[in-house]
This record gives sequence, C-alpha cells and structure tokens, in this order.
Amino acid sequence: MTSSPTAGPRVGLFATCLMNLFRPNVGFSAVKLLEDAGCSVEVPASQTCCGQPGYNSGDYDAARALARQVIEAFEHFDYVVGPSGSCMATIRHDYPALFADDPQWLPRAEALSRKSFELLSFLADVRGAAVTVDARYAGTATYHDSCSGLRGLGIKGQPRALLGEVDGLKLKEMEDAEVCCGFGGTFCVKYPEISEKMVDDKVRNILATGADTLLGGDLGCLMNIAGRLKRIHAPVKVFHIAEVLAGFADGAGLADAPKESR
Amino acid sequence: MQIRSDEFKERSVFAIHDANLQTALGRARYGFVGKRAQQVADLPEFEQLREEAKNLKNHVLDNLDHYLARYEQAVVASGGQVHWARDAEEARKIILGICKRVGAKTVTKGKSMVSEEIDLNEALIDNGMEVVETDLGEYIIQLAHEPPSHIIAPAVHKTKDQVSDLFEAAHGGPRKTQVPELVDEARRVLRDKYFRADVGITGGNFLVAETGSSIIVTNEGNGDLTQTLAKVHIVTSGIERVVPTLDDATLFLRLLARSATGQETETYTTISTGPRRADDLDGPEEYHVVLVDNGRSKMLAGRFRDMLRCIRCGACMNHCPVYGAVGGHAYGWVYPGPMGSVLTPLIKGLDAAYDLPNACTLNGRCQSVCPVKIPLPELLRELRHLQHQQNITPVMQKRALGIWRWVATRPKLYHALEQLAARALSGIARRGRIRRLPLAGGWTDSRDLPAPTGRTFLELWQGKRGQR
Ligand code: SF4
Repeated sequence: MTSSPTAGPRVGLFATCLMNLFRPNVGFSAVKLLEDAGCSVEVPASQTCCGQPGYNSGDYDAARALARQVIEAFEHFDYVVGPSGSCMATIRHDYPALFADDPQWLPRAEALSRKSFELLSFLADVRGAAVTVDARYAGTATYHDSCSGLRGLGIKGQPRALLGEVDGLKLKEMEDAEVCCGFGGTFCVKYPEISEKMVDDKVRNILATGADTLLGGDLGCLMNIAGRLKRIHAPVKVFHIAEVLAGFADGAGLADAPKESR
Repeated sequence: MQIRSDEFKERSVFAIHDANLQTALGRARYGFVGKRAQQVADLPEFEQLREEAKNLKNHVLDNLDHYLARYEQAVVASGGQVHWARDAEEARKIILGICKRVGAKTVTKGKSMVSEEIDLNEALIDNGMEVVETDLGEYIIQLAHEPPSHIIAPAVHKTKDQVSDLFEAAHGGPRKTQVPELVDEARRVLRDKYFRADVGITGGNFLVAETGSSIIVTNEGNGDLTQTLAKVHIVTSGIERVVPTLDDATLFLRLLARSATGQETETYTTISTGPRRADDLDGPEEYHVVLVDNGRSKMLAGRFRDMLRCIRCGACMNHCPVYGAVGGHAYGWVYPGPMGSVLTPLIKGLDAAYDLPNACTLNGRCQSVCPVKIPLPELLRELRHLQHQQNITPVMQKRALGIWRWVATRPKLYHALEQLAARALSGIARRGRIRRLPLAGGWTDSRDLPAPTGRTFLELWQGKRGQR
C-alpha cells in the first residue's frame, strides 16, 4: 500500500478511528497534502486506535495494549502523521508516560513520540519549505482551535498560515476560539447536558462571526459542532481543514446532504 | 458541609436550567477572564513568574517539615501559638476550645476556605455563638444559608436582584437596588459586629516561615477589621501554605492578584505577626494559628503532591467551561471547578465524588492559566485510574472498555466492524445525518450524527492503492 515513490521521507499515516469511519475524505486529503510536500505515504493495515479512550477512562492497561500495537505498526517509518491533534498528542505525550516504568517499551515509545506529528504542524514546521498550498475555497471560514492540538501540541499559527494561502478563503476569528466545544471523547455522552451547553456556547460564537464555514483540525470536535449546527438548522458548512487545504472541500460538508453529482 | 458530590449529575442539569445562575455565571466568567488576560499581557515576565512559583512551591513541599518547624518557632517567638490539627474534627475542637475559654459570644470571620472545609461555622453556632461573615460575598451567602460556589467569589452565583431581596429581608426596607447602596448597607450592619466581636477568624493566604507572619489579601478591608478589633485572632490554614521568606511571599502575591481577580494587587494586603505588643495601638491580645492537615500529608507522600502547590486563586474555575456551565454548587462540596475536582475525592474519598474527575473534557485550559502550573488534567486522569483500579468505575463502563480493548487489538475484526458500521449508519442516514440512534441518545438528544459515506477510509485506500 505504498504511494508513488519519491526521495522524500516515508510517512505512516495514522488513520484515526473517526476519520476512517466517518470521513475518509480527510484521509485522502492528508495523503495528498503529504505527497505534495514530498513524502511517500503508507497506511499500515495493522492499526486501529491510539488508545486514548482507554487512557482517559483510567484503564491504563488497555491504553498500553493499544499503544504497543501502534508502536509496532509505525516504528519503522520516518514519521507518523495523523489529521488529529488529539490522537497525535496521545502518541507524543502519553505513550512515554504510559511506559515510564517499562525499560523494554519506553525507548520505543519515546522514539515513536519524537517522530509523531499532527498533520498541520508537520506540514508547517517539519516540511515547511516543501509545502505549497494550491487550493481554492470560496467562502468565509472561522477556525476552532481544538484543545489537544492547541495546548498539547502548540498548534495555533500553523493552520492559519496555511489557510492564508488558500485562494478565495476569508478567515474570520470567532470569540473564544480556544475554548473547548464540549466534545471530550466519552464526556459528551456521559454528561450530555453539560456538553450541550458547551457546544451551544461554541455555536453562538461561530454564528456571531457570520462565517459560512467552520474549519478545525479534529474530527471529534467537528462532528460535535456540526451535529449541533445541523440540529438547529444553522446553514454553516463544516470541513476538516485538510479537506480545504487539499482542494477536496467541493463535496458535502460534515452532516450535510451528499451532493448529487458526486 | 455535608458532601453532596454524588448528586453532581442531577445538580449540574438543574444548574443549566437555572436562569438566574446562568445570568450570574455568564457575567462573572467574562469579567474574570478578560481582566486576567489584560494583566498577563501587561506583565512580560508573567510566564517566568509562574515557573519560579512552581519551583519554589516544589522546594517548600520537599522540605515542608523544615519550613513548618521554622514557622512555628517564629510564631512562638512573636508571642503567638501554633496548633496542629490532623483532621476537620480536631481543628474544630481546637478552635471551639479557644472560643469557649475566652467566653466568646460573637465571632467575626474573614474569608477562609479552610473554615468551610472543616465545617467551622456550624460548630460555633451549635455552641451558642453568633458567627458573622464579613467578606461581602460570604455575608450574602450566609444570609441565603448557602455554601460558597467559588473560592474567591463565594456569591458569584447570585444576581444583584437576588442580593437586594436578601438584604431587604435581613435588614428591612427600603429595598436597595444599586451596588454602592448595597455595599454601604452591608458595611453599616457589619461595622457594629466588628466592635462586638470576641474572636476574629481569618484564613491565611500565605504563612511566612522567616517571620511567623500570616498574610491575607482582601478587596474590602474586612479581614483587617476582623483580625485587629477582636480580642483574639485565630488564623486557619492548610499546612501547605507556608513560604520561606517575605520576599518569596511577594512572588506569590503578584501572581495571586493577577490570576484571581485580574488586579495588579488586591486592595488590602495585611501581614499579621503575633498578638498586640505593648506599644502597639491596636491588635488582638491573643494570636493563634490552626494548621490543618486533613489529608494533605497523604497528598504530599503520593502522586498528587503537585496539588499542594495550589494558592487558591480560582483561575482554574474561571477558565473551566464545565464550571462555567454548571457553577460551583453542582460540585457538591467546598471546592468546585478543576481544583475541587481533584481535592474533593482526595479529601472526602474517591467514591464520594465519582463524577468530579470524570466530568471534564481534559481540555487543559485550567492548567494553562494555573499560576503554579498544576497539571490538573493529568491529576484528574490519575484519579480516574484509581477509580478504575478500585472498581469504583461503573461496571457497565468497565465492561464496555473491556470489549473495546478486545476488538481494537484485533485489527482485522476491528476494520470489519467499522466497515459494517459505515454501511449501517449511512443506510439509515437522511440528508447526510442521523437524527435518532438507539442507545446513542447521549449524542442524538441534542445533536445530529454526521453520517458516514458508506465505505471506510482503509477500505477505499486499499481499493485505490492496490493490495497489501
Ligand atoms: S489549581 Fe491553580 S488555578 Fe486553580 S485555584 Fe489552585 S492555584 Fe489557582
């Protein structure tokens, strides 16, 4: 499952659970962006989930079992890149912590941690020189900073810089762009009323910008916000930023009716 | 106060539908957050101060026995007394003992979260004493017979209208509606109490080992009157609040005011050292410090030590979107918000507050503003881990996690199930979304579920890019 060979680094694409199930277009967008940045991309079939649901539920053993699986699937690549700050922060920060007392796995976890990147930060910070964005998007977008990417990985300027190169796209910042949308993994179904209040605050800030499009870097948050936007019939399209950067945002947005012509 | 953290879910839902509370919370949140941000922007070395404060606190915690011993020596040298309380009951006994010995009838109180933690007011009232809270916020909730809902703004959940009603009921008419009028009225009522007070009880923001001083900060000056006008001054404080020198205290004072209320400094910073000396113009005849452990030395010895750095500024709750949604009372005990979600289970028991560590998205905003850099999300996750290990986690959740693990460690099966789900979900979708899904009410009660497109990414990728 290798893409066209290039001289660039070999990147293993981390196909996050939500992307794999709900939004394959994000995966193809990521592949295109990585290939355009001179990487050769592979998608190991032996991957499933980064283990975060177990870790955040306090089941560290389960998280370790999943982490070992990810390490084995990806450690032979030059880089591991995924279109999610949340999953990639787990690999970068939490894997070494999970194996802190395990002399056999700790070095492997640390080695993987060092070469694991969230897609946007990889493009901007690691492959910066090789990246040219060649995309058009007619619309005004606002950007939600997902918490794990923002505070865990310091992703804030990169998406905005990359979006700045998209023809036709206007970016309008919302108030409290850095405040959690209320997704929080299983939080949103364990405490649905609190989550609803939080996503309502987010939606209000989005609508106040007048933007016609919401972008973000994490499908969990985007599904949560899109789900709420559609429930209240707000006419805002929702895309993962990778879809816009790759020029693959010409289809239906998240939770929108599929376009007939596709 | 009776812990009611096991009602978190019910209380949070109730809070979300309480219009007055939501009005009050909305206003407060933006006030605190905006002012703090401005202060931080105006102080380029703020980040560096946080790092210094963290390191200094860690140093103190590493040598806590030493600094506490020095502190006690210095208090005694200045003519005061230090009392050690292992738990809430011992602390109450010590304070009651002092109050009874001096025949106290009226006790004034400055704001003290430790006194809430040890249920002091009830104990004093049960023993026939009049207890008067002198912090305006505490005074308001005392009138309302409610516990504080925030550690620095105890009545933040009240609207001005509600305060007008409370004051009218307590003080008689005419009903005041303007904030300055309300403040004046409280001042007038309280003034007389200060002079009648036999004992004044305050908290201690910082205890200075070098000088034996206790430091409090207020914006109303009520703490000063509480501690200088009564015959006896009792300071209640946790054992972790000691700092080595006065100089060190200034580091924390700079961080505290900015983090808590977004001020450069609080209006009043009062340093008390011992009782009144022969040539002092005023001050108490006796000066006591009650140092409360109540679970803290256990924290010191374990993996939650970082929590003892807390200087009780409240920034974590001001920036917490969950606190912002439900307010402080939902948490069911003395300390709300992120810091309370760590402290409550540690002090009152993991199973007494199951929801608190779990009702968090781990978004990390609290940690990013904490002036002493406490990794609150990590500590919350660690509490979840303990709950999991000790089988406090609900059985259904554990079972679900077990199944998830079993499937997720079998990639072929996992992918087959994802393919199945992709087809099934896209099959029942209408116009790209699913409005109702059995067993997923947690999601679909308030949100549509974006529908998959029918094929998983891995499936499509393998089709496009050939075979394994
Ligand atoms: S945990 Fe940090 S932010 Fe929260 S009250 Fe304590 S010092 Fe302040």
